[in-house]
Amino acid sequence: MSAVRPDKSKLFYRKLPASWWLSKPSYFLFMLRELSSVFIAIFLVVFLIQIYQLTRGPEAYAAFAQKLSPPGWIIFNLITFLFALYHSITWFYSSAIVLPLRIGEREMPRNLFVALNVGVLAVVSLVILVLFLALKG
Amino acid sequence: MTEGKSSEPLWWGLFSAGGVVAAFLVPIHIIIYGFALPLGWISDSGMLYRNWLVKIYLFVLITLPLYHWAHRFYFALNDMKLGLPQKPLAMLCYGGAVVGTVATLWVLLSL
Repeated sequence: MSAVRPDKSKLFYRKLPASWWLSKPSYFLFMLRELSSVFIAIFLVVFLIQIYQLTRGPEAYAAFAQKLSPPGWIIFNLITFLFALYHSITWFYSSAIVLPLRIGEREMPRNLFVALNVGVLAVVSLVILVLFLALKG
Repeated sequence: MTEGKSSEPLWWGLFSAGGVVAAFLVPIHIIIYGFALPLGWISDSGMLYRNWLVKIYLFVLITLPLYHWAHRFYFALNDMKLGLPQKPLAMLCYGGAVVGTVATLWVLLSL
């Protein structure tokens, strides 16, 4: 009897309203985390357009950086930066669950794992910044 | 994606790699290109981007998070229950990331 699969079209699905993710703070934070990727992607596309300007000469490249100086762009970049940090922290927490590090027999505490990743993020950022400043010309 | 289960590990792998790149590499680039350059704290001649190692780095930096976006955006829109058709949505998201990859390759190769 149990081998008989129910006809899918006759199963009952509770209809969720499109605003379900506004009904609980944790659902809302989940959507914010997903939304972070949109801001990061837009930033990277703008960054690509900026590098593309170099094919038109250094003047066009410098002029494009100027175009990004109005308050609107700075505010957008500030929002993107906060989203990027939110992505980093939530990514480290997911990594702690998916790829837990072990110390001997024991699993590393999640908060320690996240703190280590934040440390790596800080070191990597500093190295990129120093390399950029030293090599940019 | 649309081809069924066989291509799913590929998209998930790209999503995951993009998540790592976005988590560790993107924030400092927002500080450099989003604030420091436009506000005139520093200047950049652009010579750096003709170096091959830098080009490979930029390719990784720009393209992988696009696949991260594609995966998240596709599933988030599905989860939102907006009633959008799944196949065109998948084509738009993952296809967008592929177009972005080709565009990045083209820009970096023409420098």
